[in-house]
Amino acid sequence: MYVAWRDLRFARGRFVLIGTVVTLITLLVGFLSGLTAGLADQNISAITGLSADRIVFSAGPGDGALSYADSAVTLAEAEAWRERDGVERVSPIGISQLKLSSGDRSAAVALFGVGPGAAATGTDVPERAGHLVLSGTAARDLAVRPGDSVDLAGAAFVVDALSADTWYSHTPVVWVQLGDWQNVAAATGQSDPYATVLAVTGAGTDFAAADAATGTASAGVLPSLTALGAFRSEIGSLLLMVTMLFGISALVVGAFFTVWSIQRQPDVAILKALGASDRMLIRDALGQAALVLVAGVGLGITLTALLGTVAGTVLPFVLSPLTTLLPGAALIVLGLAGAGFALRTVTTTDPLTALGSNR
Amino acid sequence: MIQLDDVTLTFPDGASRVTAIDHVTLSVGRGIVAGVTGPSGSGKSSLLAVASTLITPDRGIVRIGGVDATALSFSERAQLRRESVGIIFQQANLLPALTAAEQLVVMGELGGGARGRRAAGIRALELLDAVGLADQAGKRPAQLSGGQRQRVNIARALMNEPTALVIDEPTSALDQERGASILDLILRLTGEHDTATILVTHDQRLLPMLDSVHNMVDGILSVSRATVTA
Repeated sequence: MYVAWRDLRFARGRFVLIGTVVTLITLLVGFLSGLTAGLADQNISAITGLSADRIVFSAGPGDGALSYADSAVTLAEAEAWRERDGVERVSPIGISQLKLSSGDRSAAVALFGVGPGAAATGTDVPERAGHLVLSGTAARDLAVRPGDSVDLAGAAFVVDALSADTWYSHTPVVWVQLGDWQNVAAATGQSDPYATVLAVTGAGTDFAAADAATGTASAGVLPSLTALGAFRSEIGSLLLMVTMLFGISALVVGAFFTVWSIQRQPDVAILKALGASDRMLIRDALGQAALVLVAGVGLGITLTALLGTVAGTVLPFVLSPLTTLLPGAALIVLGLAGAGFALRTVTTTDPLTALGSNR
Repeated sequence: MIQLDDVTLTFPDGASRVTAIDHVTLSVGRGIVAGVTGPSGSGKSSLLAVASTLITPDRGIVRIGGVDATALSFSERAQLRRESVGIIFQQANLLPALTAAEQLVVMGELGGGARGRRAAGIRALELLDAVGLADQAGKRPAQLSGGQRQRVNIARALMNEPTALVIDEPTSALDQERGASILDLILRLTGEHDTATILVTHDQRLLPMLDSVHNMVDGILSVSRATVTA
């Protein structure tokens, strides 16, 4: 690292430039990762918050693809699941998206109907019919507090409590009893509704056999998220962008160090002529790349954290090690891989050229 | 000691090969400066490349301090250069990012280790003092004159206490006064450090000052003036 350090000091402008590019790419990747996680959270947190081993859907009419929007399980299916060996708990969950209003204010919400004392939801649920538990965001949008009355599909409900924000398909979740959800669903055109899905726990259950026996289709909680069409396309687009950014960053850093290595070829030839080992030259080159990457990524993560904190107040943005440190580490690894391509220039430089060089 | 024994070097030239060095035998003892002169294209630079182990000849043996360099791998030859051969390039070939002192200290880093950097720093200052540049140690190449850069080049070649010095036209980029001063320095340091030195030059005025002179024409080396031993 003897020459590398001094090169960094000497060609400060060049390294500041590439460091700035790395910082900006890190900021971009960090922001996109935070936004992806935030948007995902606003899409699925009510589902991922469910305490269940499997989510059971009614068998679809078409190609059998699972869908939260189209699923409608029956009481008979729920009973059939309860009777399966190994099943410990079956929690019917009704899901609808509709408007909730209070006075002249209204807000789009996801209505989750759950059975009394349903432990599967991981949140408070109302203990009485005609009552609901409201996400904080929905409460703010409607300017209501516990004890206030709200209108849901023409029926009056009393706000029991406010809960931490949970989301479904970008709408805040409102929890009601399953019976209330069935009434609301019937009022909004659904015929003879029981529940949308079942949240099932039972570690020793043969789920495939249960699916076949009950005529339903089940999936683990995370795989079931693909049954949310909006989530699938949204997360797919965002992850594609993040992946492309990673690829671009590897190419940019690799291209920089390739050009830098080509410019350094006369120096490398001199060092080789003087007896430098390949080990020393490789360590110098990779060490230099690592320093620039760590500094650039470190600054990028710091900026992401600072700006992300501000952005999180107005955007669905998640600031966590998963959205900062992980992409940062990936950028360093990819950057080093890119710089690794430049090593060929270092190792193949002919020391003989130093004899005729003019410096 | 530098020994070239029946060395032949050819280069590809289209479909055929051209002979750059033709059965050359040369032996230079410690404390001796052997000059090699000859017209352009005669093979002097190739001889220098072979003697400094930068290139392996097609046939013949090159020994540096008794070690057969032709039997060594690329990395082993790099180690031999690092430890036993000092190369003084035609142009100073200094690294632009390093100060004069650092140009010398880096010689201790070439193996990949960073052992004895403090001792290397002290030796670098001693060598810079020996070439008259003690007060320029902190300057980078761009801040030094051509003659000063060449002195740093010479000091760098001596940093690892080589047994052999290989010098390529050291005065070609300098005026007559500075050239003479550089040659004086080389002769003095060769004696002081007891190195076997091969010096390639076009400058006929330098030849009388060298211990022996060899003439190279079309890759064939002949003795113009042999070393006189007391």
